[in-house]
Formats: sequence, C-alpha cells, structure tokens
Amino acid sequence: MKYLLLIYSNPESWEHPIFLRTPEFLAMPPDERAELTRQAEELHREITESGEFVVGTALADPVNTKTIRIREGVPVATDGPYLEAKEQLAGYFVIDCDSPERAVEIAARFPDARFAAVEVRPIMDMSGQEM
Amino acid sequence: MSNPGELEDLLRRLAPRVLAALTRHYGNFEAAEDATQEALLAAATQWPGSGLPERPTGWLITVASRRMTDQLRRELASRQREEKLASRTPPEELLAPAADSERLTSEDDTLTLLMLCCHPSLTPPSQIALTLRAVGGLTTAEIARAFLVPEGSMAQRISRAKGRIKASGAQFHLPPEGERADRLRSVLHALYLVFNEGYTATSGAHLQRGELTREAIRLTRSLRRLLPDDGEVAGLLALMLLTDARRLARTRPDGSLIPHAEQDRGRWNRESINEGISLITDALAHTPLGPYQLQAAIAAVHAEADRAEDTDWPQIVGLYQLLERLAPNPMVTLNHAVAVAMVDGPRAGLALLEPLDRDDRLARHHRLHAVRAHLLEMAGDHQAARSGYQAAARLTTSLPEQRYLHSRAARLTADPR
Repeated sequence: MKYLLLIYSNPESWEHPIFLRTPEFLAMPPDERAELTRQAEELHREITESGEFVVGTALADPVNTKTIRIREGVPVATDGPYLEAKEQLAGYFVIDCDSPERAVEIAARFPDARFAAVEVRPIMDMSGQEM
Repeated sequence: MSNPGELEDLLRRLAPRVLAALTRHYGNFEAAEDATQEALLAAATQWPGSGLPERPTGWLITVASRRMTDQLRRELASRQREEKLASRTPPEELLAPAADSERLTSEDDTLTLLMLCCHPSLTPPSQIALTLRAVGGLTTAEIARAFLVPEGSMAQRISRAKGRIKASGAQFHLPPEGERADRLRSVLHALYLVFNEGYTATSGAHLQRGELTREAIRLTRSLRRLLPDDGEVAGLLALMLLTDARRLARTRPDGSLIPHAEQDRGRWNRESINEGISLITDALAHTPLGPYQLQAAIAAVHAEADRAEDTDWPQIVGLYQLLERLAPNPMVTLNHAVAVAMVDGPRAGLALLEPLDRDDRLARHHRLHAVRAHLLEMAGDHQAARSGYQAAARLTTSLPEQRYLHSRAARLTADPR
C-alpha cells in the first residue's frame, strides 16, 4: 500500500531539514537536538534500505508559492499558499509499506510530528476486486 | 528462437536450475543470484543474434560461473591486500572450473529455491520479490514495474531479502522435515499474493501487472510437478485457473469492474475452467481438505453454472461453512453471508455480519459496508443500502472499486422505491 506523508512545519526560517529551524527544536538542549537529528537520519536510512521509500521532496519557502484560481473564466494568481495557516507544507514522502500501522509508525518518527504534524494519506490504487 | 516471448519463457524456465547449480557449487546464494541474473541478461541480448546454444543450461551456468569466479577473485584479492597474507589455497583450486554440467541440476532444486526465497525471516512482500527474481527469472526492473515502485526501491528490497537469508544462516537444501509443511504454506501464500496482484489489476494502463498472473500460474504449475500428491498445491493451481478464467469478463473496456453475477459467462475461459475443475475434483477425492481446495471448490461451483441464477448456492454455503471452520477469517465470513442470503434470504445474511461490527478494524473496512449494502438492497431497504454503498465508496482506496460502489448507490437514487 502506498501512502503520501505530508510534512507540516512552522519554522523560524526556511531551510531543510525543516525541523531544525523550528523554535521548539532550537530551544532543546544540544544533546537532545543531536539525538533527534540522529533518529531522523536513521529513519531515512531505514526506509531507504527496506525499499519502502518511493520518493520524497523538500518544498521551497511558501513565499515562492502561487495559488491559481479561475473565476468567471479569468485566471487569477495570488502570492502565497491556498490555506493560510501558521503551519505550512514543507515537503512530502511517498512510501510503500505493508500496513496502515507501519505508515503511521513511520510518520510518527519524523521529528516534525512533535512540532507541527505529519499527515498520512493513502494513495488510490488502480487495482480492484469485483464484488 | 522464433520470437522474444519464447526466449523469455525458456530463460525463465532455466533460471532456477542455473541458480541452484551455482548456489550448490559455490555455497553463496547472494552472489549466485546476482551472477544468474547477469547470465540471463547476457543470454537475452546474445541469443537472438547468435542463435540458441546447443546446451542452453550449460551456457548459462558457464557464463554465470565466470561472473562468480571473477567476483570471488576480486574478493580474494582485496582480502589478501587487507590481510597481507598469501592464500594457502591455490587459486586454481578455489576458482574451480565452471560448473558446466547439467548433471548438477535437478527439478527438486526449484522446490529448494522456492522454500529458501520464502524463508520465515522475510516479510511476504520480500518473499514475493525474491521469488519472482530468483525462481521466476524476472529482472528487478520488471518486478518494480509490476509493483509500481521505482527500480531502486525494488533493488533494495531484493538485496535486503538476500541479506536476511544469509544472516539467518539458511543453507541451500530443503528445510528440515518438521518445518517443510509450514514453509510450503508460505510458498503457496507468496504465489497466491503474486497472482492476486496481477488479477486485481484493471486492464489498460496496468497490463504489466497482468503478467504476474501468468507468472504465478507458471510457478504453481512447476510446483505441482514437484509435489503432485499435495492437495493444497493442486487446490491453489485450480483456484488460480478458475479465477483467471474470468479475467476478460471482469472489466469493461474503460476498466470499470463488472460484478461476478453480471459477468458475461460466454467470455469466461472454458479451457482454464475445465482444467481447474478436473484438478480440484481429483484433489478433493484423494487428499486431505485444505483452504485453497475449498476456495477452488467454491470457484468451481460458480463456474459450473451457465447462468448466475443457476448457481448451486446451498453447496456454496456448505463449502463456506467448512472454510470458516478450517481457516476462519472475516473476508470468508463476508462471502459466507452473501451465500447464506442467496439461500435463506438477505436477513439471514445480515445476521451473520453483526459480529463483524464489533471488530474495530473491520468496521472501517469498505468490504463490510459494501456487502451489507448489497444485502440491504436485496432486502428492499434501498435507503440504508445507498448509505452503505456510499460509506464503502468513501473507505476504499481502490479507484475502480470506488467507481463501482458509487454507481451502485446512484442506481438506487434513480430508483424511487
């Protein structure tokens, strides 16, 4: 089963890995910060070696975002994200794993889950069983 | 070779023999598997031009052995550099002549390989990937395409699976007598999953995946040749054939799903059905009963009816009762409930679903909602049926299933009753 993991963050400045820029992370004692960074690297290694990692991308600072709306046939591009929130989408991963539980476990191990949130969205499958 | 398909079939058939010969000769499954893949690739590029060698297996073993000796030589050289020690083994002896002998290979090797690839230290997806490569002779790229993941991810899964087998210390021989039955069950399960991946793929954009059904049937056939007296092997092969027989009838040209009862039975493959029925009839008569045999028997009863309304539902109910006793599982209960509804009416079927609501995981499963909606529709409660189909449509993560469930709901909206 494939899942899209959406990494949300509220960083002080935009630089990847984004969790390193969150106020909560910056307030942590150095040894805890080092440990969290190590755990994040470990997670990336683990899902790459297991073949569960499909694709992952870091997104540019939301100031570069344009949102397009077409109203009455007229396209209007506005600066900034569609949803105005403190937390912004910072990047995404597509993983292919054995169970929904495993997808949740992976999501929970992103440091960003502690500071903002990681969303787990199942990806629709083209296969189907007749009923 | 007159066409590429034939060459491919031949190479896939020879793959397990080459791998087995190499593994036995060098005792290194991991490296032997890589060398075999390289030899298969070499054959696929060279044979169409040069023609088939006189002894294809010997050719492949020779080429693969050369790759292995090259690799062993490189490893030896680096070890010598590291240790600054001269090896006391004369290189000629270590790098034995190519295992260029068909004598080294036997049919049983395929069984040993299958059981090795389905080692309990591996998860089913890893077992599948490794089985398709090592026994099926598919390339990593082909397997990756079939499972819709990048080649790199699939390569990781295969290499990790091989690493796990190595770490487990498993040797290239059949598992001890006491473990063999369990291991065979894992092999059958892996083959069943490969089949299902291919079968549930809808036509069109995902034809690649359809290849998997063919491969699963081919591997199960070769397993049956090795274990002709095993009823579950026969049962699984029969189940695959009877299911695959419906392939052309199960989707419309646009890829949308056609439910079992509405399929054009003229498009079912009679040849597969006849073979499946004769396999399962024979197995039921001569071997102890098992879950694959029961599922095949149910498929056979469906296949025997010329029209959906001629289906022998009481017999199907009996088979599901046996299956629930032998291998209870919520999906079996769902199908059982449908069969009971066909015999004793929809309310009797709905009663069977009640205990499933208490299972948290299943309560969020689209199939429970879809089956209940179907039975409610039968009972004439169209409003409840419609919301059931809609709930199921929201929960499924399959596009064709979602489209189907929405169409069922829409049908009820259009109907004023």
